[in-house]
Amino acid sequence: MKPVNNRAWFLVLPVLVLVAFSAVIPLMTVVNYSVQDTFGDNEFFWNGIYWFDDLLHSERMWQALGRQILFSAIVLAIEVPLGVFIALHMSKKGAWASACLVVMALPLLIPFNVVGTIWQIFGRPDIGLLGHTLASLGLDYNYTRDILDAWVTIVVMDVWHWTSLIALLAYAGLRSIPDAYYQAAKIDQASRWAVFRYIELPKMRGVLVIAILLRFMDSFMIYTEPFVVTGGGPGNATTFLSIDLVKMALGQFDLGPAAAFSIMYFLVILLVSWAFYTVMTNLDREEGPR
Amino acid sequence: MTQAVATPTRAARLATGSRARARSERSVVSIVVLTLYLLFLLVPIYWLVNMSLKTNAEILGGFSLWPRNPTLANYETILTDPSWYMGYVNSLIYVVLNTLISVTVALPAAYAFSRYSFLGDKHLFFWLLTNRMAPPAVFALPFFQLYSSVGLFDTHIAVALAHCLFNVPLAVWILEGFMRGVPREIDETAYIDGYSFPRFFIRIFMPLIASGIGVAAFFCFMFSWVELLLSRTLTSVNAKPIAATMTRTVSASGLDWGVLAAAGVLTIIPGALVIWFVRNYIAKGFALGRV
Repeated sequence: MKPVNNRAWFLVLPVLVLVAFSAVIPLMTVVNYSVQDTFGDNEFFWNGIYWFDDLLHSERMWQALGRQILFSAIVLAIEVPLGVFIALHMSKKGAWASACLVVMALPLLIPFNVVGTIWQIFGRPDIGLLGHTLASLGLDYNYTRDILDAWVTIVVMDVWHWTSLIALLAYAGLRSIPDAYYQAAKIDQASRWAVFRYIELPKMRGVLVIAILLRFMDSFMIYTEPFVVTGGGPGNATTFLSIDLVKMALGQFDLGPAAAFSIMYFLVILLVSWAFYTVMTNLDREEGPR
Repeated sequence: MTQAVATPTRAARLATGSRARARSERSVVSIVVLTLYLLFLLVPIYWLVNMSLKTNAEILGGFSLWPRNPTLANYETILTDPSWYMGYVNSLIYVVLNTLISVTVALPAAYAFSRYSFLGDKHLFFWLLTNRMAPPAVFALPFFQLYSSVGLFDTHIAVALAHCLFNVPLAVWILEGFMRGVPREIDETAYIDGYSFPRFFIRIFMPLIASGIGVAAFFCFMFSWVELLLSRTLTSVNAKPIAATMTRTVSASGLDWGVLAAAGVLTIIPGALVIWFVRNYIAKGFALGRV
């Protein structure tokens, strides 16, 4: 058990002040705007829950939310199995393993807008390898015009960008399995599937939960990559929550609705964060101090 | 294993042989799978590099898998035009500032979380996490107003402070993960030896978690480097990051694909340079120190 010491607060104080400045004050502004309306000139008046009510009946918000959930679901459904599959095929050590790690981490470290730019160029029918190849195969592929093409491009881009994260985490979990487990399985003549199901999967559970939650959160607030590739179009087909919110807040400067939107958005995030935290602390307790 | 091998029967030896064959087949499959995946990762990046080595006329003139007349003209454009290369300088300034601030304030806090329990520690730890998870889109407008009202709009420090929103929690979590690995007896011995807290922390404890500090700094650097929405919202001219410079080129008419690709390649380089050193910690960093 850790000793109780309330003076430890002094050590935390700098973080508290800094994060309060960059998180609490802005959030308070948002709360403030969400219950007020303005006719300009910095004159605000009390508006109650009007914006929230408005938001809950706004088709635009529900559609953006629907697209967002669909996107997160598709992305998770592809990336998690694929990432685990890749991790299972990585060798335990050696130069090959290191090389794989480095190449796989590369997309994770590319600025988000450059990820967008890469795929914007890559998918163009006139100058991109992907677009050109598809066009020469006789497919009518154009991500700026066709809704399905836009979705496919963005999903493939996200898979390209983030599958490695799942693979790296799963790989870290796999490496922590002692060799003795595999030897015991070999003596028992366990099948490959049994090894995966009863040794590897349970041992990976912790990291996989973290990976899934991280991917869910990050895909749920994706902004830059689809914005660069499609700008939210064609029409509104790829306008996800963040894109819609930025359009509302900074594009149209609709302070009230945008603030109400922000708060709803934040509450969802808070809920998932809480699930994330509970899982993490439970895992910590199971594993104990290392 | 050794016991199993010690008394080999004929059947067991046969079984081991066939399984060894199965294993080598599996390793061939593994190499094929991984090679395909790595190709999938590398081809789009190759295409960007390919584009960056062509002139715009060549890009639009015809389709080719590699540059016919490789040219560094696009890189030259970027490295000689202040409106381009200042983007990199601005980005580097606020990223370094942010990394310094984040790691400095996170170190004592992570120590407190890893060593003591105190009033509200769990809630505080959770609250930090929510900030790592907060969508930047929610904060874009309030940040814009906050930093405008205190006169910090379009300065490097504004972006550095804004990025603290997600980097400070990240650094605290990663460092706490590393600090838990250091036995508490070391602290106690140092106090008995008469070390004061600051001296103990700097002279003894920090060297022990040097790799953790490196990893935390790397991740702060990376997440600040890849972020665009906040840095673009908070700047206009003087502190405009390279990422924003690039988006402006995209929206302009008659855009120059070659220069855009070259700018993209240059933003990948910082990550590519240091990735080798942190390759074994990448998973730990992305999982907030929890692997």
